[in-house]
Amino acid sequence: MSMIEAKLRISMFSLVAVLLIASPASAPAGSSETEFKAAYAAAEAADKEAGRLRNQWTVTAAALAAAKRAADKGDFDQAISSAKEAEALAKASIFQAASEKEAWKQLEIR
Amino acid sequence: MVFCLARSRVYLAVAAFAALCATQPAGASDKPDPAADAKAFRNYFVKKFPNVKLEDFVNGPYALDQDMRRQWEEKEQFPPYEFSLEKGKEMFTKPFRNGKRYADCFPDQGIGIRQNYPYFDSNEGKVITLELALNRCREANGEAPLSYVDDEMAALTAYMAFTSRGKPFDIKVPDDPRALEAYQNGKRNFYTRRGQLNFSCATCHVQNPGERMRAEVLAPALGILNAMPIYRSEWGGMGTISRRFTTCNSQIRGVPLDPQDEDYRDLEYFLSYVSNGLPISGPGARP
Amino acid sequence: MASTIRVRAITNGEITEVQTLIQHPMDSGFIKGENGELTPAHFIRELTFEHDGRIVFVADWGTAVSKDPYVKFSFKGGNKGGDLKVSWIDNKGKTDATIVKIQ
Repeated sequence: MSMIEAKLRISMFSLVAVLLIASPASAPAGSSETEFKAAYAAAEAADKEAGRLRNQWTVTAAALAAAKRAADKGDFDQAISSAKEAEALAKASIFQAASEKEAWKQLEIR
Repeated sequence: MVFCLARSRVYLAVAAFAALCATQPAGASDKPDPAADAKAFRNYFVKKFPNVKLEDFVNGPYALDQDMRRQWEEKEQFPPYEFSLEKGKEMFTKPFRNGKRYADCFPDQGIGIRQNYPYFDSNEGKVITLELALNRCREANGEAPLSYVDDEMAALTAYMAFTSRGKPFDIKVPDDPRALEAYQNGKRNFYTRRGQLNFSCATCHVQNPGERMRAEVLAPALGILNAMPIYRSEWGGMGTISRRFTTCNSQIRGVPLDPQDEDYRDLEYFLSYVSNGLPISGPGARP
Repeated sequence: MASTIRVRAITNGEITEVQTLIQHPMDSGFIKGENGELTPAHFIRELTFEHDGRIVFVADWGTAVSKDPYVKFSFKGGNKGGDLKVSWIDNKGKTDATIVKIQ
């Protein structure tokens, strides 16, 4: 595995760790529109916060869009799942922005 | 330190990174020292690639890969950016509707000045890049601004870069706390990881120059803006610095900021400054 | 209208080396534009080089050739000061041609 792939793996490892911490592992019990709306609102709020920190991820927007599409089709199970994923991604991006405030110095050439 | 420790434990082979983590000085100095940064920056790359001549770093992957260099040198006899360059010259010399020209907005009629950009404007307290200056010139003369990521701005900056070919980057960071803050902000942006892929500019261009990212050979950060704007075969056309910054951010799955956002202008400021002394080689051609 | 063809031909007396860069979108017809619609195919079908009334190089192109194609080839013969004619025709019937002196 090349150096760059090794680093990519490391990045993903760290991120997966963060995602696991960030997202609750509950299964949607009885899908409903209200549950979806709550999940979507939470995800959107988190993404907005990431936007305030100027550190949104493209995949967060994609997950939010997927959630909306599923909800429009009436598939609330999927919609809630996508919304929860979006929230987790948004929270990870917030975590990234916060930790990078200091972490960047470790990469600096001095 | 969380990320650093995770890496060291999981991959012992990442010795270079571990070494970086281990040897960081305890506290960062308060006042940025751009001159010291630039020296350290240059030394890092010169040490990493002892067989590459200093001026050659501006050729990016071609300085590091023989086969790519051979192909590039052949293409430079008849470079793919010729059409864009010609268009740029045409655009540059054509007067605005009010009769004035780009030449009226710039020192030396706008010829042979690219190496002085970006500069810190003490009156406004912000970094002015060439792209920003060009659009300001347009707006001051009643013309609509150009998109920072489209062909026309690329053609214009290609022509201006061409008139500066060979001239060394001469970026100034005055001893003004605002300029130093902009410089520091640029440096911070360079090293800050972003996007779901958690990459910073440094991840590719400091830690992995010469390595492959899929089919591409990564360029070293030293001299990386000297060849801009570039005709990228991937784009099938000429692209500006703004285009490269924004598309790169998207590629690592981070939502890009607006082109010419303060963070991007400061980033360009930092990256240009640390390449002071290296010759302008733009417009360039890349895969 | 400005020529789409840039060409340079250099001879050493025996062999002439020709390089050319042609400005053409070479749309394959498979790519969607910004409006979401497929950009229709628009590509050079045939590229011809002639010297002394003799065809020295012909290219039959299709959608696989990229935008702004570059061609380099050599042919036996060709004299300094002689004419080299380059011409192309695309799938829409558009054409362009130019004549350059061999250096």
